[in-house]
Amino acid sequence: MAKVIVVTSGKGGVGKTTTSASFASGLAMRGNKTVVIDFDVGLRNLDLIMGCERRVVYDIINVINGEASLKQALIKDKNCDNLYVLPASQTRDKEALKLDVVGQILDELKESFDFIVCDSPAGIESGAFNAMYYADEALVVTNPEVSSVRDSDRILGILAAKSKRAVEGRDPVKEHLLVTRYDPKRVNSGEMLSVGDIQEILRIPLLGVIPESSSVLQASNSGTPAIHLEKSDVAEAYRDVVGRFMGEELPMRFTAEKAGFFKRLLGGI
Amino acid sequence: MNSEAPAFKIKTANLPVLQLHIITPDLPLLKKALALRLNQTPDFFASTPIVLELSAIAESDPSLDFSALVAFMRKHGMCAAGVSGGSEKQRAAAVQSGLGLFPAAFVRNPSKRETDPSLAAPAALLHAQPELPGIAAEITPEVISVQPETPKESPRKTVQTVIRPTLVIDKPVRTGQSIYAEGADLVLLAIANAGSELIADGDIHVYAPLRGKAIAGAHGNAAARIFVHKLEAELLSIAGCFKVFEDGIPEEVRGKAAQIHLEGTRLVIEALPG
Repeated sequence: MAKVIVVTSGKGGVGKTTTSASFASGLAMRGNKTVVIDFDVGLRNLDLIMGCERRVVYDIINVINGEASLKQALIKDKNCDNLYVLPASQTRDKEALKLDVVGQILDELKESFDFIVCDSPAGIESGAFNAMYYADEALVVTNPEVSSVRDSDRILGILAAKSKRAVEGRDPVKEHLLVTRYDPKRVNSGEMLSVGDIQEILRIPLLGVIPESSSVLQASNSGTPAIHLEKSDVAEAYRDVVGRFMGEELPMRFTAEKAGFFKRLLGGI
Repeated sequence: MNSEAPAFKIKTANLPVLQLHIITPDLPLLKKALALRLNQTPDFFASTPIVLELSAIAESDPSLDFSALVAFMRKHGMCAAGVSGGSEKQRAAAVQSGLGLFPAAFVRNPSKRETDPSLAAPAALLHAQPELPGIAAEITPEVISVQPETPKESPRKTVQTVIRPTLVIDKPVRTGQSIYAEGADLVLLAIANAGSELIADGDIHVYAPLRGKAIAGAHGNAAARIFVHKLEAELLSIAGCFKVFEDGIPEEVRGKAAQIHLEGTRLVIEALPG
């Protein structure tokens, strides 16, 4: 049975699209047929991060309006065979997306995919609600700062009360915490919340910690999901996240401060 | 510790409950009319328990589809708790759909009163009707003092007290969420995060960190108290007397188990012993 996973956060700029791209790529690299949908109608970004912006002919709104079939709108990813992108529209506004048609599109995608990753827009308005309503599982992306944690808390409340699973009284949406842009050095100096602090507030299982890294910016500028980067903490962290999501038990990495050059030289005296 | 104040009080109460008088047995028509009304104020009923009053349709259609009606109501945030009035058949059908029975005239105590587990559990409260003073509402076996020999057959006599069941919540109450225990106590077994709101007409107990607002005695019960396992609240209020913590919570109670009660109009926060 296909699983619908929403990547959501409430707050903007925390790394939802970066996570959606890398997480979906990671699932596909493990042989799962995966589609990633951009729900940010009007402000589409996913196609840029996936490096397929020049191949967008039809988008999700064209599909809804019957101007294109789903098959025509799906773009095959350049890096992974099993991965497809369903882009958002740049020109329409968010009201073009209706909850019932979203349901129809997801049902159609469920027939041919194992995982459907929904990249939610920021906020708690209809766009974000459309993205989360049908979710079976949720990746709640949080930065180690108070406002981001507060917004994630709000989103978790909405997931628990208003998602389709909640409304129908079925098993609740499975929640996963993903802490991104984590900088252990700034955590130690008290500038940022620690993973422990965040978990103490949100109290949902931790799926992974993605370290702050300049390589994320390079990756998104070059249209390559961060998980494909060579020799990168971020790529490894995302691979761990996908592994844990698939049920592997992997130790948490990148939560401690990196030992400096001299420290390493002196063998950690 | 204040030794004069009693630790608790037991009181009887006749609690108000909303009744939805069903005037037509025509379900599609009823749904349409309800939807029209509810769409104007979608969150108005937010899980308020509602009694379906069937007297007006007792003579008509015996097979109102309660399951469909309850599902429809739930979709609109209304939580059907039971039915009152109606024909025997209608009442039987209501029980089949997991609804409780409220006495139509005088005490004919339902032998079978269940809450539908699929209803949003905490909201599935059962109420006495205010028009019927002194009639027992929620009855637990321990409370019943008079039991006929064959309880299954004959109608039970009931105790003349009304106890509104405590609203027990076992899931986190998160930013932007609000829980109201109407006419009852509220027990929370999970966190109440910053930006959340707990309101009860009775006492509030939180067996986890309380980081949001807690408002006890919301209808003016000055004897209401708040008990918390770990006090990190944004605002505490009893019977309208409130306290905010702009400069932080006093150190002697911050993050500790505490109780909050009123002395006159002064809100007293004290650490719980042990």
